[in-house]
Amino acid sequence: MSYVDFAKRNIRRSPFQAIAASMVMFLTFFALVTFLILAAGSQKILQFYESKPQAIAFFKDGTTDADISAIQNALAKDARVVKVKYVSKDDALKIYRERNKNDPTLLDLVTANILPSSVEVSANFPSDLAPIADLLRQEPVVSEVVVPEDVVAALTSFTTTIRLVGGSVVTFLTLFSILIILMIIGFKIRLRRDEIEIMRLIGASPNFIRMPFVLEGIFYGLVGSVFSWVFVYALLWYLTPFIKNYIGEVNLVPVNPLFMVGLLALAAVMAIIIGGLGSMGAVRRYLHI
Amino acid sequence: MVVFDHVTKKYGTSTVALDDVSLEIKQGEFTFLVGPSGAGKSTLLRLLTRETLPTTGKILVDSKDTTKLKDADIPTYRRKIGFIFQDFKLLDDRTVFENVALTLEVLGKSEEEITKQVEHILKLVEIWDKRNLFPRQLSGGEAQRTAIARAVVGKPEIVLADEPTGDLDRKTAWSVLQLLNEVNSWGTTVIMATHNSEIVNTLKKRVVSLNKGAIVRDEAEGKYDKQL
Repeated sequence: MSYVDFAKRNIRRSPFQAIAASMVMFLTFFALVTFLILAAGSQKILQFYESKPQAIAFFKDGTTDADISAIQNALAKDARVVKVKYVSKDDALKIYRERNKNDPTLLDLVTANILPSSVEVSANFPSDLAPIADLLRQEPVVSEVVVPEDVVAALTSFTTTIRLVGGSVVTFLTLFSILIILMIIGFKIRLRRDEIEIMRLIGASPNFIRMPFVLEGIFYGLVGSVFSWVFVYALLWYLTPFIKNYIGEVNLVPVNPLFMVGLLALAAVMAIIIGGLGSMGAVRRYLHI
Repeated sequence: MVVFDHVTKKYGTSTVALDDVSLEIKQGEFTFLVGPSGAGKSTLLRLLTRETLPTTGKILVDSKDTTKLKDADIPTYRRKIGFIFQDFKLLDDRTVFENVALTLEVLGKSEEEITKQVEHILKLVEIWDKRNLFPRQLSGGEAQRTAIARAVVGKPEIVLADEPTGDLDRKTAWSVLQLLNEVNSWGTTVIMATHNSEIVNTLKKRVVSLNKGAIVRDEAEGKYDKQL
């Protein structure tokens, strides 16, 4: 009979402890997988904006075509500018309708008149955007200039916060899980004192006695990690339309299946480490053979 | 062959459990260890299973000094020994079959071998029909038969029995003794610590009498000394 069979028997004989341990591990891995997805997602959004050095200047109502052409011509002559694209009120309405095609109420309320026309100015380098934006702001027909610098700064701050908060939560839950596994396996070792004593006397090797307990801890970790991964993946599928609606241009969703498989592998490795550390701690602390 | 060569075992500085004991037990011999409580019978058995080490002296089993065994070699050494306890020490959450199978699982036998050997031994000790029962569903005699089956299923060279009839009525005690006698007839060395004078006097086997940690008598076909 293998170590795995012994571990399976130990798990079957105390199902409530097994469920409790797996649930704690689920919580830890839910936090870990969510944190990693948020971190990877925000990083991708950040890279998207950093790789697109573009400023958008919105025109006031009543701006004439001549004014717009003059600004376009001036920009086209600037060596820092790569491309200038004019977006009329009708184009803006088309974009708006495309983005909100699933929400008829939003479509009914909006007409081309209330949307501003704009020019999208692409620059060679992100550092060129600030001086171009300053030039545009000086134009009397321009009402507002949006530079991705602001978006990038906000995103950088957001990403840093996610890393700090997520990292702290995951670290805390990891330590908590190791201790829970240590306690549960330690409790089981104490419960099985007689069995361990008899096994020692009939010639069981220390590994033969230890390994089922270690495997049990790893099993709880793996169950928690796989279930949390499935749960988060399902949640992502459910949220895909909402995410697309908000940041569809970044192409975040649907999430690359390879990324998810990699995430599962990482979670499984973490599960083996957490479950293994907890159970080995218990074996060292409570199993004197 | 088992040899105790000037073995002394002290607990702490003042308690002497065994005092300069020298003893030789041949392969296939049936030996009773008798004596009052605290005479050193259980200590002698615990020294043989390497649960504890002597303070001085050597213990040889098959010419190997067990006091010099490395920790890693102890499990292999213990597989030569079957142990029977007064309180049976069966695992409550396992059936009779599973309790006996444990010995073979530890030895790394295949499931097929385990099934075959456990069936054979349970039939031999006449509890095959109880194989699916749990220890709490067994009588004292059935529980001790299960313990004997567990001790001998791995075909050990030596069987140590610490008061195996202590908790049994007269009739059951005799049936257990007959079983141990049969195990002995296979060539297995049996060393049995007991207080049961009737069994010792009837069986006419070797009797080693201990008192206050010392051997006070060693007779080939001995009797229980009531004065001990």
